[in-house]
Amino acid sequence: MSAVTKSAAPSRRGRPGRGRLGWNLLGLLVFVAAGFPVYWMLNTAFKPAKDAIDPDPHFFPGTFTLENFSRAFDVADFWGPVGRSLVVSLAVVLIGIVVGMLAALAISRFAFRGRKIVIVGILAVQMVPLVAMIIPVFLLLNDLGQYDRLTGLIITYLTFILPFTVWTLRGFIVNIPRELEEAAMVDGCTRTGAFVRVVFPLLAPGMVATSVYGFIQAWNEYLYALMLMSQQNQTATVWLGNFTTKHGTEYAPMMAGATMMAVPIVILFLLVQRKMAAGLTAGAVKG
Amino acid sequence: MSAADTTTAKVPPTRPSTVPGAGGGTGGAGRSAVRRRAAGGAALPWTLLAPCLLVLLLVLGYPLARLVTLAFQKFGQPQLWGFQEPESVGFANFTKILGDGEFWAVVVRTIVFAGGAVILTMVLGMLTALLLQRVSGWVKTLVNIALVASWGMPVIVATAIFKWLFDTDYGVLNWLLSRLPGVDMIGHNWFASGPQGLAVIMLLVVWGAVPFVVITLSAGLTQVPKELEEAARLDGAGSWGVFRYVTLPVLKPIIVMLTTLSVIWDMGVFPQVFVMRGGRPEAEFQLLTTYSYDKAFVVNDYGGGSAIALVTVVLLLGVVAVYMRQMLKIGEVE
Repeated sequence: MSAVTKSAAPSRRGRPGRGRLGWNLLGLLVFVAAGFPVYWMLNTAFKPAKDAIDPDPHFFPGTFTLENFSRAFDVADFWGPVGRSLVVSLAVVLIGIVVGMLAALAISRFAFRGRKIVIVGILAVQMVPLVAMIIPVFLLLNDLGQYDRLTGLIITYLTFILPFTVWTLRGFIVNIPRELEEAAMVDGCTRTGAFVRVVFPLLAPGMVATSVYGFIQAWNEYLYALMLMSQQNQTATVWLGNFTTKHGTEYAPMMAGATMMAVPIVILFLLVQRKMAAGLTAGAVKG
Repeated sequence: MSAADTTTAKVPPTRPSTVPGAGGGTGGAGRSAVRRRAAGGAALPWTLLAPCLLVLLLVLGYPLARLVTLAFQKFGQPQLWGFQEPESVGFANFTKILGDGEFWAVVVRTIVFAGGAVILTMVLGMLTALLLQRVSGWVKTLVNIALVASWGMPVIVATAIFKWLFDTDYGVLNWLLSRLPGVDMIGHNWFASGPQGLAVIMLLVVWGAVPFVVITLSAGLTQVPKELEEAARLDGAGSWGVFRYVTLPVLKPIIVMLTTLSVIWDMGVFPQVFVMRGGRPEAEFQLLTTYSYDKAFVVNDYGGGSAIALVTVVLLLGVVAVYMRQMLKIGEVE
């Protein structure tokens, strides 16, 4: 205790001293707490199902097995739901990024009457809880004959992907100094030319990050997928529910299924999260 | 990285700007010419906005209007199938709901649940972000990997994992807790009582929400000017003083944004409760979202369900107002 207090002062000045030890231990504790559920999923997914339901839990899979994965494929069609999730997510991202970028450009680079109202409107839309909309959306799709159709789901997902895309891209665009565009225009570029040659390349990483992030959001959506699609047309998130039946939950194959759903997403996430955080923060701190 | 750099570099020059009407930008002849040209063609920005506004109007505007009309209608199974025209019932749906004791219990439960989750998320998130500034590089990397992994977990996967961790007979948590001296949790059912079950669900929500807060706050912390912290320290401020008078004010916009978003997300918790309770949450697990869902799709009272959803939206408006003011300020700066 006293050692920590004594060395706390020099370490605060940034010198890596013994004071770090206490903080590092605390950090490791956070690592274990945050990471344990993920570890437990992987651990269960790779051990024999009978080891999973042992009153004395096995903290390491003694025998590595892939039988849970093959069982997961058997529970219900796996590729169908995954394929549907892919189609929906990709379509939503594609529409969202094109439509969203135009809008983001308008509100971040132009001064026009009504701009403020548009900003407030787009933000306000983000505030409407999805659950509140489920009843009218269900009735709307029912009326349009789009209930239980992928197109219906794609249209619906735009409600939350679009405002998010506009707002995040805006954050990235305002980070690109206007001076660059102006310099290009002084050098004879048109406004469009300046955008295509100067802004677009600088915006590309931000667009990739926003797309990936939007893709993940669409991929992870559960409520609308559950409500608007029948059993035959379920998406990946709803598919995971198939492991729970009246007779109980098959946890080991379920964790294998969860792993297949989560690992690619988590890897995508790892690649873009830093960029996303930067874009979001820039958008919040500066105009 | 580069984004953070440009921002830090840009903050000081923006501050002293006194150019009238320039809205915080650094003036200049070439710039104002461009400005004028941009302001001149009002048609262009609206053309750019049109597709976005059109989509939002269709997928949000219409359903939103429908939600409001539904809340004032008697709308059940016969109306859904078109056997009967929906009839207007005035405030009947609302008086029925507001006069129901169970509804108020749900409201209070939802507020306590969301409030608890938000406070826990923000406090733990802030502490972790500050901690990450003090640990060695390799610890930071480890923590970041764990955080990103839990952030990226689909909600539904996370719910499945927590259900498994808290399983009555084979959940690892009961076993772990029973290792503690004097504790016997073997065979304990966490979902036997509402408050305890909701606490588990709150833990799940917080576990999923903290990473976003930590990562955003960490990005924000890199924008706190080092010189300001140094100056405060020279003036005799302790760690708390520096945090209170330097760090916190700089981070305020981010904190307001994160808190508002958390409130909206935590008031809208649905799959966590729904899946944890096997699609049929018991009365003591009902939150406004599941309650509205139950009313609409289980009892087939779409009017009543819409009225509940509308009340939820109104409850959120108070919070949103604060957020809006913040966002408007940002809009004005540009």
